[in-house]
Amino acid sequence: MNSNWIKIKNNSKISLLDIPILDISDLRIEIISLCRGSVSVENGCINGFRPVGFFGKDWGRGDTRLFVVLSDDKNGVFYVSSALFKAGIREYDSITPEIPAFHIFEREFFEEFGIKPKDHPWLKPLRKNQDDYKFFEMDGEEIHQVAVGPIHAGVIEPGHFRFMCNGETVYHLEIMLGYQHRGVESLMVQRSSNRLAESICGDSVIAYNLAYSRLMETVKGISVSSKAQLIRLLALEMERAAIHIGDLGAIAGDIAYLMGTSVFGATRTLVINTMLEFSGSRFGRGLITLGGVNFDIDDDKIQRAKKTFDKVEKDVCRMVKTMLKNSSVVSRLEKTGTVSTERAAEIGLVGLAARASGLNTDSRFDFPDKYFNILNAERIHLKGTGDVNARFKIRYKEILQSFSIIGKIFDKLKEYEKEPVNCGYEVLSKENAKDVFAISVVEGWRGEVVHIAMTDGTGRLTRYKIKDPSFNNWYGLALAVRNNGVSDFPLCNKSFNLSYCGCDL
Amino acid sequence: MAILLKLADLIIILILPFLISGVIKKTKAFWGGRKGASVFQPLYDFIKLIKKDFVISKTTSFVFKLTPLVSLAGLIIAALFVPLGTGCAMINVEAGIIIFAYILGLSKFFALIGAMDTGSSFEGMGASREACFTSIVEPAFFMTAASIMALTGNFTFDSLSKILENAGSYGVLIIIFAVLALLLMLLIEGCRVPVDDPATHLELTMIHEVMILDNSAFDLAVISYAASLKMLLISSLIAKLIIPESVGTLEYLGFYLLTIFLISIIIGTLESSIARLRMSHVFEFIFVMSSFALIILSLTVTRMFGG
Repeated sequence: MNSNWIKIKNNSKISLLDIPILDISDLRIEIISLCRGSVSVENGCINGFRPVGFFGKDWGRGDTRLFVVLSDDKNGVFYVSSALFKAGIREYDSITPEIPAFHIFEREFFEEFGIKPKDHPWLKPLRKNQDDYKFFEMDGEEIHQVAVGPIHAGVIEPGHFRFMCNGETVYHLEIMLGYQHRGVESLMVQRSSNRLAESICGDSVIAYNLAYSRLMETVKGISVSSKAQLIRLLALEMERAAIHIGDLGAIAGDIAYLMGTSVFGATRTLVINTMLEFSGSRFGRGLITLGGVNFDIDDDKIQRAKKTFDKVEKDVCRMVKTMLKNSSVVSRLEKTGTVSTERAAEIGLVGLAARASGLNTDSRFDFPDKYFNILNAERIHLKGTGDVNARFKIRYKEILQSFSIIGKIFDKLKEYEKEPVNCGYEVLSKENAKDVFAISVVEGWRGEVVHIAMTDGTGRLTRYKIKDPSFNNWYGLALAVRNNGVSDFPLCNKSFNLSYCGCDL
Repeated sequence: MAILLKLADLIIILILPFLISGVIKKTKAFWGGRKGASVFQPLYDFIKLIKKDFVISKTTSFVFKLTPLVSLAGLIIAALFVPLGTGCAMINVEAGIIIFAYILGLSKFFALIGAMDTGSSFEGMGASREACFTSIVEPAFFMTAASIMALTGNFTFDSLSKILENAGSYGVLIIIFAVLALLLMLLIEGCRVPVDDPATHLELTMIHEVMILDNSAFDLAVISYAASLKMLLISSLIAKLIIPESVGTLEYLGFYLLTIFLISIIIGTLESSIARLRMSHVFEFIFVMSSFALIILSLTVTRMFGG
């Protein structure tokens, strides 16, 4: 690659001064040429790059610097570049018309810095000023609108959904979020901590805390013992298994299949209760800290957990098989809420939803770390049909995969029995934290959780960027429900199970 | 004695609807591996609701306030034409079936306009679904009723028990299909799985539940009681069909209660073992009822004119 980009591995840092500054029009052409391949898909592998970061930073004197991070999944590296907008420049040519996956990134950049992407087809607010926005409308005798939310029945997060329906069929769904915007990124700059990181998105406590911890350890040069690394991976897989089991139950609940709801509900509790035994919190709050983990896991707990997980795995297998044999269940799941492989690649789906649509992307395997590699985990191969059925099955496969990884971690933990779990981080030196750009990507249960940090000349954090998988995937849900019955929307929604707070930040 | 029996029927109308809901919920809890609430819970809920204060949307008119009362009154009047625990209806007039059907129709009509009166897009959607399904159920119900009238020469529910003596061996088949058709009607009109999901909180998927989103307190209590009463009435017709006429009054009452209990358990079990149908497939499900009705009609025609 030429000097327009600088490469960076996952969980590593580069000097901020090394990042090239391009002219925005050159950068745009570069991005388009690198990402264009991603529309064509072969065996689920994405040819070409996809965006994981596209964000601005205040560069003094009214200038704004735009950072772009593209992911080269095949080679497991990220490409970083940037452009500088002088104070007077308030617009540039939009990338979205060429590469649709950028649409939400450009909307975010516009909202935060007021620099307008010219010819952006859909410059809708992302987190602020929802009231001023005019929704798309359809006209016609039999067209009706259904507005749902932002306050919903049940205890769920706020988000507004506007359906354009013809009778029972949804023609178009518009999603409006931002009701939970808390300014997390600036909070992280002011006073970042593990506690804050794990509170960003309550259903991905481990993924967020892990991404934050790895990022800060990278920036500050803190080392973590092998045992602690393994316990972190263990927690990540337990979180994945628990949430996936819960989601299978929720899908069963939406189609009024009572038995599934009960069995999955009960087994999920067993998994999160094991987490409670390990860390004192059912969701693993307070487990991960800078420099390691706060709790050691002794052999006694491992034996108990093994027994529990065996039972959970057996129960989940049996229930999933019963459900997939039940024709009334399968008829609800199959061909509901389909996102084709081409479309998924085009709009840049990530994580579980992307895999269900047949894209072979999983940052655990694309950007593996040393400890994940020694576990010899295997990628899941599933013919991704992109419907609710596929998202149901991929969850099931990932639960089995997680339990197999968990088993391997339990075996490996014995080898490191004597190691401490927390080295403490007093040893860190401020020296190597100056003018740093670092990135950490963790595959949470929903998909890639991206954390990016920058420091200034004194080693102080100046920018903290977070990207939740939901950020990419909400639009996938909007496409999935097109031409489906409006009464199938909750089922589609549950099969994606996207985060509101992770997107609103 | 006759007065005592009427009193028994009255108690049945007042208490049994709650027990039906309670038993269904208990059965579902059992299959779900839970202990579940007491079978009297719907009754407790009813009492709780009538103690509450009203909240009435400002966008509604008098129609909305009228709806629960018309629904309730309609259902109670309809109940008088149905043979309950004693085996004969409280009011036994010519063409009782037609009065029954159209009084139910009146309650349904008010439920629909009451829902649309709120101006909520959800409730309009629910009303549209409910109206659509009802309009397919109605012909099936009348085909069955007309066949029975033709066979017995009498348009009341009390004559259901005469099918066997008037139609001979055809009667057995007619009774079997009529029971099946009524069971399906019970699931459709009672808003049970696989047609509707009474337990869901997702407005977009609801049919009956979404129509009463704006109702509260006494109105809500009355509406949920009326919905259970409707299930009781359809179950009572099934009981009348399958309990032989030769049994005595007290035995009839025993068999009747047993049948209602069994039907509740069957519904609870069904709800636990199958998923809900996709909305667009509900029509196919209702057409199954229509086809049963057609079978009954053709059996009747064969019996009367075929030799």
